[in-house]
Amino acid sequence: MLRRTLLTSAALAVGLAVSGAGAETVKAGFIYVGPVGDGGWTYEHDQGRLAVEEAFGDNVETVYQENVPEGADAVRAITQMALQGADIIFTTSFGYMDPTVQVASKFPNVAFEHATGYKRADNVSTYSARFYEGRAIQGHIAGKMTKTNKIGYIASFPIPEVVRGINSAYLHAKAVNPDVEFSIIWAYTWFDPAKEADAARALIENGADVILQHTDSTAPQAAAQEAGGVITFGQASDMGDYAPMPRVSSIIDNWGPYYVQQVGRVIDGTWESVDTWDGISTGMVGIGEISDAVPADLKAEALGMKDAIAAGDYHPFTGPIYRQDGSLWLAEGETASDGDLLGMSFYVQGLTGDVPN
Amino acid sequence: MIRLERRPSPSALWTAITPLIAVLLTMLVGGTMFAVLGKPPVQAIAAIFWDPIFGDFAFYYRGQLLVKAGPLILIAIGLSIGFRAGIWNIGAEGQYIMGAICGAAAGLAMYPSESVLIFPLMILCGALGGLAWAMVPAILKVRFGTNEILVSLMLVYVAETILASVSSGLLRNPEGMGFPGSRNFQQWDAAHNTELIAGTGMHWGVAASFIAVIFAYVMLSRHIQGFNIRLAGAAPRAAALAGVSWSRVILLCLGFSGALAGLAGLFEVTGPAGQISIDFNSGYGFTAIIVAFLGRLNPFGIVLAGLLMALTYVGGEIAQLNLQLPGAAIQLFQGMLLFFLLATDVFTNYRFRVGGAA
Repeated sequence: MLRRTLLTSAALAVGLAVSGAGAETVKAGFIYVGPVGDGGWTYEHDQGRLAVEEAFGDNVETVYQENVPEGADAVRAITQMALQGADIIFTTSFGYMDPTVQVASKFPNVAFEHATGYKRADNVSTYSARFYEGRAIQGHIAGKMTKTNKIGYIASFPIPEVVRGINSAYLHAKAVNPDVEFSIIWAYTWFDPAKEADAARALIENGADVILQHTDSTAPQAAAQEAGGVITFGQASDMGDYAPMPRVSSIIDNWGPYYVQQVGRVIDGTWESVDTWDGISTGMVGIGEISDAVPADLKAEALGMKDAIAAGDYHPFTGPIYRQDGSLWLAEGETASDGDLLGMSFYVQGLTGDVPN
Repeated sequence: MIRLERRPSPSALWTAITPLIAVLLTMLVGGTMFAVLGKPPVQAIAAIFWDPIFGDFAFYYRGQLLVKAGPLILIAIGLSIGFRAGIWNIGAEGQYIMGAICGAAAGLAMYPSESVLIFPLMILCGALGGLAWAMVPAILKVRFGTNEILVSLMLVYVAETILASVSSGLLRNPEGMGFPGSRNFQQWDAAHNTELIAGTGMHWGVAASFIAVIFAYVMLSRHIQGFNIRLAGAAPRAAALAGVSWSRVILLCLGFSGALAGLAGLFEVTGPAGQISIDFNSGYGFTAIIVAFLGRLNPFGIVLAGLLMALTYVGGEIAQLNLQLPGAAIQLFQGMLLFFLLATDVFTNYRFRVGGAA
């Protein structure tokens, strides 16, 4: 008798859990690779989550899990969210690609959104931003601002997104300053303030007076401030605390509109798997306020480039562009295809060193 | 005047109850911390200790406890043997990585064959990879008397660098669009470390860890080599006089722990993790050191300690998600558990005396 009662109440509890997750409120889950307070990548995704809450109010419930390691632990974290009734789950780092696809195959009624990857399924969308458009503007400012002609670049992992950013920044720095040299340090991390600060200091000691970063903490900004006379750009987030010097501008990831759109589609029942790659034109990539440390005419040029990219008049990868080994990649006037850009694993001509492999 | 007095021999009672006291203290102080953060303390603690085993979705979490505990137990068993002999292998993380790399490389060389021999070959190479990496500090110690703590620890960083290099080079998935990371073993049946019974989390690595527990128990309590190891740790001079070869003990202990760590890496890469990637290692090699001591270097104690650590991880994630607790609060909670365990451990070897002269 007692056993029976226990079983019934257990069944009831499960029933409640399932019905609570369905119907009116849509539950949106977010898996973060860093802490929400990183001030960079994860912070901006969390801003997107808050935008979803604001847009739909009581019709939506959001949950998130921070500091989820990429790999086996991610499978558990994503499964957990799906089990607890999430209707749409955003997995916000490249390393969640295989885990997302794996979990998605077990939850065909849950919508999955994976950032920066390339594997899709009927219930898995991918989305990313054309950060290289912002890198072009950074490169232009950096090339004109540097006095030592040495630009330091803190890279994270040798994946196409990062290589693309390096190439884009270099091409545009070189275009305005033929003497410019890039020193690249691979940090093999997205977020490690100590490592990033060390990298920044090493670059500055070697004479770099511009630091570009593809890592998410503000540690390089702090290192540049300490050194003085060095300029930086905010990464992923505005990092406006360091304006006007050393931070002279920034690339801001603005995920809010996309998240609101996709959650809205789940609410309407019109969600389907899509591949989104947006840039400055839709606002997914934002350019943070260019500070007064940048001369007015240069600022105007940079904003002009931003407008041209937004209008579709200018593509940051427009030929002639040669690969590092001297072979031709893009002929005069030709622009890069998305396929080429997505798989980019080579440096352009003029960069020194090798893409690690 | 309160003072500590050394017990003539460790108290059996306290040895048994200190873990319980530590858990209770952690619940108390941790609960207070959650309350200060504005979260319901009872619910949070129930989420950590109750939900993974008895909650609504326990059918999934119970399996995850094994997935998480398996590698911890396997590595900790190997380490505990060495720790008993006073040989401090701190670099299991590196041996874990090298085991995974060597095993994965051996398998990938055969891709896309579906031969049944592939998985056994990978297991062998995984164990050998870990063994070889542990032989570096072992041989240096035997030959030149170097400190194995430093050498094994430093080799972790070397292994991490090799890992980064092979995942974006040698072992990179040729169909991976230029992204780092090997092929996914979960999509290759011949090399996939599947669940032995679906939904239980029980994979070959978990099975191997239980075999290792029994093996370690039998060796330590019944075999002459186990006696030699314990003797070498407890009374090195007596061991030397009894003809125990110190060099052999070093090679044996480091080799054994390296091989087990390598196996753990191989089972992880072919199972739950699925692929070699730049951040494949998730700290199991270091956490296993804690598990070994938490389990008091006793094989069965290590099983319990491994499961307890797994519980705090899995339960901690549940608390994070359900109550939106910050990740750092969970880490603090785990830290508290270890802190209280070590703190209450004092009572095993000491007792309080009130009053009286020294």
